[in-house]
Amino acid sequence: MPKWSMVIDLEKCVACQGCSIACRMENNTPVATPEEAWDGREIRWNDVFPMPRAEVGDYPNTKTHYMTRPCMHCENPPCIKVCPVQATFIDEEGLVRQNYDRCIGCRYCTVACPYAVRYFNWYAPEWNPTIEQHLNPQEVSSGSGDREGPAVRPKGVVEKCTYCIQRLDNARQRAEAEDRDFRPDEYVPACVETCTGKARFFGDMDNPDSTVSKLAKSERAFALLEEVGTHPKTIYLQEGE
Amino acid sequence: MKNSKLGMAAYWAVVIISLVIGGYGLYWRLTTGHILANYGQLITWGLWVAMYIYFIGLSAGAFLISALVFVFHVERFRPIARLALFTALISLLMALLFIWFDLGHMGRFYEVYSRPNFRSMMAWMVWLYTAYFVLLIFEFWFESRQDFVRCGQEKGGFNGFICRVLALGSKNTEPEGRERDERVVRVLGAIGLPLAIMFHGGVGALFGVVAARPAWHGGLFPLLFLVAALVSGGGLLMALYAWLAPNKGSEEYKSLLSDMGRLVLALVLLDVIFTFAEYSIALYGGVPGDVLPLIEIMSGPFWWVFWIGQIGLGMVVPIILLSWKRTSSSTFWVGIAGMSIVLAFVGVRLNIVIPPLSVPELQGLVNAVPSPRMTTQYIPSMMEWALGIGIVGLGLALFAIGYNLLPVKPRGDKEVMS
Repeated sequence: MPKWSMVIDLEKCVACQGCSIACRMENNTPVATPEEAWDGREIRWNDVFPMPRAEVGDYPNTKTHYMTRPCMHCENPPCIKVCPVQATFIDEEGLVRQNYDRCIGCRYCTVACPYAVRYFNWYAPEWNPTIEQHLNPQEVSSGSGDREGPAVRPKGVVEKCTYCIQRLDNARQRAEAEDRDFRPDEYVPACVETCTGKARFFGDMDNPDSTVSKLAKSERAFALLEEVGTHPKTIYLQEGE
Repeated sequence: MKNSKLGMAAYWAVVIISLVIGGYGLYWRLTTGHILANYGQLITWGLWVAMYIYFIGLSAGAFLISALVFVFHVERFRPIARLALFTALISLLMALLFIWFDLGHMGRFYEVYSRPNFRSMMAWMVWLYTAYFVLLIFEFWFESRQDFVRCGQEKGGFNGFICRVLALGSKNTEPEGRERDERVVRVLGAIGLPLAIMFHGGVGALFGVVAARPAWHGGLFPLLFLVAALVSGGGLLMALYAWLAPNKGSEEYKSLLSDMGRLVLALVLLDVIFTFAEYSIALYGGVPGDVLPLIEIMSGPFWWVFWIGQIGLGMVVPIILLSWKRTSSSTFWVGIAGMSIVLAFVGVRLNIVIPPLSVPELQGLVNAVPSPRMTTQYIPSMMEWALGIGIVGLGLALFAIGYNLLPVKPRGDKEVMS
């Protein structure tokens, strides 16, 4: 069974926000108005932002450090433990999933996630008409017709990065249609596919020969808040100085 | 009495104004969802969650005090035992209303019954509250059954009708029937006692298990919640008895009230120890995640909630009033001490919920979202206040209606059935 993992090389990241835009388009994340953004209520499954004391060095030789923050898809996710209704759960391939039809909007998971990557839908989603015509029509179902993945979320539920789980479905269906085995490298989330600097890698952590497995052994590899015991599967490679 | 009529008019005026304000809040909550609330991405829970744990604490505290009588036979407190049960019921309803309005999808609450995740403290809470609610109804019914029957036979009009309905066809007013009722109440109380400890300790655990919030995370929280419940519930009952007792001026009233004062004083002192343990150990350790929320509480913009509310009204005032001989023997001042505690615990609950959320675990998170909401600043919005005032008003209205129609009034010893 594959164990999906993402490695992000911060040295290679050029902070172009390509991943953020690709994520938005792939996953139907609504665009926030300036007022909503000012209220801290925009939804950003993935974003790239400057670190505190981001600029180091003396002018003109300065450097800015950036960070990016998708869901960590923890092996020991605090969010799924606290969800009272099993609306968020971890599947056997290690993906931390979110069922929009079951979520009651109590926001306990949002409180429990130390990475603050879970977003509450304060508003009913809105897009400008052009984007609205080009929404991603895919839906992933966790059985009994419950919606997941890029399915448009109603107001009042929590959502988060899914590692583009619909793309895993697509790849599996394609392999099945072509009557062959599914290969783990056929599944790539939108942010990884689009990354300008090729800073993002995705694959099967269970396979010791996969790129992500090799990169995770790098001396530069680290995870966020390793001390809190969540065991993130989103792993970072530190910037060199 | 002129005074009490004036008092009642003022009470109902407050209730009606609260309900009108609450109606405004309810309208905005139902039509706009959570948009008008001031909690956000970082401080995700606000006034309503704090009020929920406040009222659930009052309910647990009042119930535990009723158990002194029904389970442990501390007959001293018999005159207020039924009032305690009734108070527990009303506060439970208010608490559940608060947390229900906090849900993003109020219509989906049944999911907690149909697909519970029993690794979640919240699922446990909902199931335990349900059990507790059912138990409270039964315990209250058996405890009051003969009074329903009697009042149905003696009183006419609406009150008599209500009593006849609530008697559920029961006719028996014999002493043997009372004995059976008391046995049932004792069993229910004995089941309810661990239930109340579980659900309120559980609310503490609901916060205590969240490792992402160091200021919550720890084993002290469930115990802290239980002590807080006993103190606030005890304070509330003390204030209620001070004002509502039928036999004011009698020796018995004075001595019961002074006994309650001693009990509550002991509980407040216990609360001092717990609070001191929580704060001093966190501050001594100096780990930023533990310390920053406490510094926010003690010296942030809402320092007065802690120093004037939590410490002043919640500890200093009741300790002085209940231990100084002149005030502890005055029923007026004992009542004031109770009110002071009840008021202070609003602040205690706000300080439990909000400041620990204001310090993100992940350093640099404030840079991720350029918004003033990504700071420690949270003041409940008009909609939050309005709906909150409405729920309190509804609770006050239900209390007054029940108090007038149901046999819950505190009694003098002589009226107590043997």
